[in-house]
Amino acid sequence: MSTIVLDKVSRWFGNVVAVNDVAMTIGPGVTGLLGPNGAGKTTLMAMMAGFLPPSSGTVTLDGEPVWRHTDAYKLIGLVPERELSFGYLTGRQFIRANADLHRLPDAAAATERILGVVDMVEPAARRLDTYSKGMRQRVKIAAALVHDPAVLLLDEPFNGVDPRQRMHLMDLLRQLGEEGRTVLFSSHILEEVERLARHIEVVVSGRHAASGDFGAIRKLMTDRPVRYSITSSDDRALAAVLMARPSVQAVSLDPRGGLEVRVNDLGTFATELPALTRSHDLSLFELSPSDESLESVFAYLVDR
Amino acid sequence: MNATIVKLALQALLGRRRFWLLLGLPLALIGLTVLISSLSSDGEAAWPMVSFLGYPLVLPLVAILAASSVLGPEVDDGSIVYLLSKPVSRHVIAVSKWVVAWTATVGVGSLGVLAAALIAGGGDRALAWWIAALVAGTTYSALFLALSAFTRHAVVAGLIFVLIWEGLAGGFLSGVAWLSVGQWGIRVGHEISSLLDDPANLPWAVIASLVVTIGGVWFAGDRLRSFALTEDE
Repeated sequence: MSTIVLDKVSRWFGNVVAVNDVAMTIGPGVTGLLGPNGAGKTTLMAMMAGFLPPSSGTVTLDGEPVWRHTDAYKLIGLVPERELSFGYLTGRQFIRANADLHRLPDAAAATERILGVVDMVEPAARRLDTYSKGMRQRVKIAAALVHDPAVLLLDEPFNGVDPRQRMHLMDLLRQLGEEGRTVLFSSHILEEVERLARHIEVVVSGRHAASGDFGAIRKLMTDRPVRYSITSSDDRALAAVLMARPSVQAVSLDPRGGLEVRVNDLGTFATELPALTRSHDLSLFELSPSDESLESVFAYLVDR
Repeated sequence: MNATIVKLALQALLGRRRFWLLLGLPLALIGLTVLISSLSSDGEAAWPMVSFLGYPLVLPLVAILAASSVLGPEVDDGSIVYLLSKPVSRHVIAVSKWVVAWTATVGVGSLGVLAAALIAGGGDRALAWWIAALVAGTTYSALFLALSAFTRHAVVAGLIFVLIWEGLAGGFLSGVAWLSVGQWGIRVGHEISSLLDDPANLPWAVIASLVVTIGGVWFAGDRLRSFALTEDE
């Protein structure tokens, strides 16, 4: 059982602050590091993996700093986002090289075992440059797991992986988490994190925006004010009706036609709207959320 | 030394097109020397091919290509993280990479100089140039490995060093000889044949070559220990 602790960690590149005063503790089980692109996830991952010194603060693994600490890699398995450039090796040769570098007592057996775990036994004799994106991803994970590490760090592991293989990888990571390993993966896709991690850390613009149980954070996200665009048979009449509802915070008439509505309580508004329009003899033509992007969800979390 | 890293570095060196350039330079040198010595009746005519082309230019170029091939591309594209995320001493990695670069430099570069010298006239003088090329090739390969670990522009920096700094040393600024890798090698070669120049003094040439070699490999290891993924997201 291993724990990564970030204490008041900041990292800047020249004038650009990539990570701003982040404190978090990553313990056993699967943790999702969620944030939009450019939020500092890769920078955080690099610091946890010992490939970037923090500009201030400390990053420790089981109490020891990771930067310039070569022996930490006995505990860490790292799956970087960047591509493998060892195209001239076969899958088996690449995994075997990783096993040899870890000086495993029985490197050949460890190689075959881990190829089985990621379901890559059959194509293992082919060169890496003939692999699909999903296969390369599985080989990278196998290479990180070959020495049975206590900590597994994965940077955007599901990028470009097809849905079936994604499921397979998720099952694998879930199982590793249940075995008591510390598994941290980063993603900018809410659904990925939701399906895999019970505990999540949210970063936005280099800041630590939220931390905790996924359910609680999801609730924060869905309870936020949402904007809708509505067109109906009589927008002005509908506006008057909506304004009377407690869940509605603001209504505005769009000069080109239609309504902009800001709603606080998603659940009630959506369920009561059809009955409401019908009882006032109005017809709804169109109802669409106007700011459902993940960035706006994150922006809301940061502003709170 | 780590056998796995040596194997990977060898594959990286042999698998690149750059290797054919590395092999082609000494072959071109040998070809030119054969051509000149067969066209001229003067027994001395082909020696400048060794002293002005082979030793001061082909040898360091081979060293630059070899050192940058075993380390440069991996550092450039960041794929070296796959090597570095292992509990293997960074100095062991540097030494292993250097052994491969050194083998290529003395195997291809120094032998190329020896072959050219044998064609140009042979004798003690050829042996002396070979010894000089072994000494300088060893130092160059460590120096350029350190450069490859330090900057992405290692090839350009290496070329500038060889053409301008080392070029000056061979030319009109005799004081530079004390700080020139090529001149140290020539000084060691001078012990075998007095037809080679006598810049600096022998202990200095030997010690300076050793210091740059060991220091270069050590520095490369230290840079690897501080390897950072500096890309901004």
